[in-house]
Amino acid sequence: MPSEPLLELICPAGSLPALKAAVDHGADGVYLGFKDNTNARNFSGLNFDEAAIRQGVEYAHAKGRKVLLALNTYPQPGEVARWQRAVDRAADICMDAVILADPGLMAYAARTHPDLRLHLSVQGSATSYEAIEFYRERFGIQRAVLPRVLSLAQVEAVAANTEVELELFGFGGLCVMVEGRCLLSSYATGDSPNTCGVCSPAHAVRWQQTPKGMETRLNGVLIDRYADDEKAGYPTLCKGRFEVQGETYYALEEPTSLNTLEMLPEMARLGIAAIKIEGRQRSPAYVAQVTQVWRAAIDAVKRAPESFAVAPAWHGQLDKVSEGSMHTLGAYYRPWK
Amino acid sequence: MKLSLGPLLYYWSREDILAFYEAAAGWPVDSVYLGETVCSRRHTLRLPDWFDLADRLAAAGKEVVLSSQALIESESDLKALRKIARNEKYLVEANDFGAVRLLAEQGVPFVAGPTLNAYNPDTLALLRDLGAVRWVPPVEMPAKMLQAMPVPEGMETEFFAYGRLPLAFSARCFTARHYNLQKDDCQFKCLDHPDGLTLRTREGEAFLTMNGIQTQSARVYSLAHRLDELAEAGVGRLRLSPQSQRMAQVVTVFRELIEGRLPPAEAPARLARLMPGEPCDGYWLGQAGLDYQPERAAFGRSGVPAANVRGQEAAPTPR
Repeated sequence: MPSEPLLELICPAGSLPALKAAVDHGADGVYLGFKDNTNARNFSGLNFDEAAIRQGVEYAHAKGRKVLLALNTYPQPGEVARWQRAVDRAADICMDAVILADPGLMAYAARTHPDLRLHLSVQGSATSYEAIEFYRERFGIQRAVLPRVLSLAQVEAVAANTEVELELFGFGGLCVMVEGRCLLSSYATGDSPNTCGVCSPAHAVRWQQTPKGMETRLNGVLIDRYADDEKAGYPTLCKGRFEVQGETYYALEEPTSLNTLEMLPEMARLGIAAIKIEGRQRSPAYVAQVTQVWRAAIDAVKRAPESFAVAPAWHGQLDKVSEGSMHTLGAYYRPWK
Repeated sequence: MKLSLGPLLYYWSREDILAFYEAAAGWPVDSVYLGETVCSRRHTLRLPDWFDLADRLAAAGKEVVLSSQALIESESDLKALRKIARNEKYLVEANDFGAVRLLAEQGVPFVAGPTLNAYNPDTLALLRDLGAVRWVPPVEMPAKMLQAMPVPEGMETEFFAYGRLPLAFSARCFTARHYNLQKDDCQFKCLDHPDGLTLRTREGEAFLTMNGIQTQSARVYSLAHRLDELAEAGVGRLRLSPQSQRMAQVVTVFRELIEGRLPPAEAPARLARLMPGEPCDGYWLGQAGLDYQPERAAFGRSGVPAANVRGQEAAPTPR
């Protein structure tokens, strides 16, 4: 029996070069998706066709690393077979696991490919051990990726009550809403993460220089307006500035990134199986940089958890690549809520 | 077509909640969903109070359904969930798969709520096998997707047909954040906003509504003028989501529509005077949720090409 995994480093790959960058810089596993709406990063120019996936799997497996396939959107009537074929292909390509959100698809995978390892996607919105145990009992999931809404104390309570491995987000873009339970994007644009695999999709974005400043819009809705000395950001819906009772501010969330390096010793103590790095839409250079820092940090915490300290250089390296250059511990740190 | 009063999504004083349901006992709705689904800090009614209210509404002839909290975070959330799931009198609406597990364990029938994300026939069949006798589709589901869903025998479709759309849940409380308070010390500011707190764009468009940890649309979803389409898509029950003012009149409009006493074309004007915001019906048409095109048919008889689920690929054309 292999020992239980602890703090595996799971890195994003939106392309073959990104996959290679992750593997070369120390990822224990990479996750990726097909080029369609079967996954939650359905952006043009991103993701893998069959040939690229086979090459990627070969490359990673040759170095003893894992490849996980995200099939984490919700199949829709008349199209379920396309998601099922994607599961079949994953089994055929010898993927190390598939990451699923939809219970119907999980039932199919468990029935058709009993040896295929199943992970519950963050899009499955499981925030309690009762929910996670539902997916374990019914479909035999072996790992659950937790939404970025629980405090570490709450994560501890989940860990204590299920044998399912837990994977936590460590770094990257921060969803302030429970993943899988957020329809803001479809409300404004018609496309949601659940059905289309996109949030605040590029086709709905408009940048417009006006006398009042640079305006960013999503399907016509003004998400933010920037003064000349401000750097305009991508109009992710929940990270715009809005007016509430006469006050204009980041009413939902600032344009920050999640960074939990300093919580690694706690995550190790809780027996967290894996740390996920967000960013399949990011460049190979981003993946290389972030993977390198997190590899060093995880190695350090495994060597000597008591004396672990975040190296100042790590923050510097991560700041260079992160969104808005601001970091937060997110919900893991309770006062953030 | 039956009518249900959905769970109260806002936080009101004890007096206001009791008065609302006392009135609701006399409204022409078939079902009433009770309980706190948004935030566990809200406590003007405790669980035993909700059970009392359930008894009173049942005595008034209503079908009572107890709704479970959508976002379960703590052990105390789970304790409350278990009490609701193990009540032996009333049907429960499961809004999380933890609730589904508890209900299936006992082998009792339940309602599969909108946050279970049943987007396809396989998941729906699975829910049926677990005990679901009714389901509420995700609120973003378009008419065409709903029509293409083969609903299992013995399962009823209830559709969110009126109210501000519950769009998202968060760990963070946006209302507390607005007042620079931490969630754990929120001073129950939600009490000051009986229909939520409006979030506007910087050019003044009412866009979203902050309701504690929940984000809703600012516009009011209304399918009152589309009862024929709802029936055609297999809907058997309409969910009307509570608002603090003029809810009785809203219920009356829907009842008159169902009984054919109000022409559907007159519904938008009647409801406009009763709504806390502008109307929308885009989700039903497979468009942005905030769109409003009351004249456009959902099932393509107008000859307008369907802009259904827009993705990278061609939109599926359900049967």
